[in-house]
Amino acid sequence: MHLKRVVITGMGAVSPYGKGSELLFSMLFAGKSAVRHIESLGNIPGLGPRVAATVPDVGINEIPRKIRRSMSAMSSYAYLAALEAIEQAKLDNDIVQSGRLGIALGTTMGSPVNLEHFFRQYIASIGVEQVKSTLFFSIMSNSAAANLAQSLGVTGRVLSPSAACASGCQAIGLGYEAIAFGKQDYMLCGGTDEYHPLVSGTFDIMLAASTTFNDTPEQTPRPFDIRRDGVVCSEGAGLILLESFEAAQKRKATILAEIAGFATTCDSGNIASPCPESIATCIRAALDNAGISSSDVEYINAHATGTELGDMAESQAIASIFGDNVPVSSLKGHIGHTMAASGALESIAAVHMLNKKTILPTLNLQEIDPRCSGIFLPKETVAFNGSLIVKNSFGLGGTNCALILRRMQ
Amino acid sequence: MTDQEIVQKAYTALAQEFELDISQMNPETRLREDLGLDSLDYVDMVVVLEQAFGVKIGKDPELTSVRTLGDVHEFILNKKRALEKIQ
Repeated sequence: MHLKRVVITGMGAVSPYGKGSELLFSMLFAGKSAVRHIESLGNIPGLGPRVAATVPDVGINEIPRKIRRSMSAMSSYAYLAALEAIEQAKLDNDIVQSGRLGIALGTTMGSPVNLEHFFRQYIASIGVEQVKSTLFFSIMSNSAAANLAQSLGVTGRVLSPSAACASGCQAIGLGYEAIAFGKQDYMLCGGTDEYHPLVSGTFDIMLAASTTFNDTPEQTPRPFDIRRDGVVCSEGAGLILLESFEAAQKRKATILAEIAGFATTCDSGNIASPCPESIATCIRAALDNAGISSSDVEYINAHATGTELGDMAESQAIASIFGDNVPVSSLKGHIGHTMAASGALESIAAVHMLNKKTILPTLNLQEIDPRCSGIFLPKETVAFNGSLIVKNSFGLGGTNCALILRRMQ
Repeated sequence: MTDQEIVQKAYTALAQEFELDISQMNPETRLREDLGLDSLDYVDMVVVLEQAFGVKIGKDPELTSVRTLGDVHEFILNKKRALEKIQ
């Protein structure tokens, strides 16, 4: 079967730094942390974390009411990021609405903010009489994908994968496959999520949330560092416009990178604890899918969230395939864990690093945990002349994803 | 509450919910054609009016004939009169 080549021609971001990919890149390259102290988290009994990386005002209220009324923050972020990606790709609205363009947009869940809103009303009155009709459209699991499709007038396939923290990466992979198999010519792909204390609480209950840097938020999370103490939850959206190489060539689009390969597998050994062998299997499958060998890869953008078990498992998996030759870094030291958006936002940043020929180190990595040794973890910026990188993303429930990105120039 | 106060309260509640310019609202204003409200907005309008006036409207069949802001006033005032009769 002939598979089409798939390329990236547009990228859009709403990150804890604010709106826009350029802002994301400039803050990442400046080594700025987006993590801050959130005083109100102290009002929640039993919750340890007082840090998060939330999105500042990005002008959500400027979105027309008819579009915005069924959106929670996660859909609004996705919409703004999608507009940026479409604009960068210079894609005509005729194509967006032609049926040739589809959407694959992942979230970890429907809006937790509006879910709380619903149950506050429901429990107070034991009824639904005061619930507005539009609330459900922000709570349903396909809320972000559906809202994005409605707002843009998309008539192609609309997929809404939910694979916990791997959702965004998996969505890009599903978009890649949809184009590679000739099902769509264009796919808007990525992930989005909104912050709610429930998310921090989920990790805190599992003893996997950062709690010892509450008064020095810029020092956490600390992927691969010996003093790391867990995840810092954050929010945002990353959207990537994919299209077939032929379509991009035909309309003379600027190609930012190629999606050269993808794999997603499941670690069914434990619902919460990652296993190095399972991660390695996924990365190898992605390399096979791209038709490349491990020696071709020159950078790995890690999932590494700053948890003890996760960082160790990923380090061991990478070491087993690549040894200590290939630079590895995580961007979660900068922006925390943007959940479903992480795979997409970090892929966008990885494409930028690829084209800038510069690899960023992991922010807050000062002393490497010996249990994460055996891989090359740069502490400073690294010049990069390669063309192939691996982007890892893993999720609770056992979902593993790996993307292979290739520079085209 | 006078009839005029009721009208003003309804305008304020609807303007806030549907982000309308209150100076452009008058009894002849059509909900669908002029304000762009659709069936989902009609459902939410009921919730907004219930919250504003503390009365239960629910799925009142008379709502189907509401076309203009004047109809909304009339609907609310009829509710008020019905309540006064009961009291």
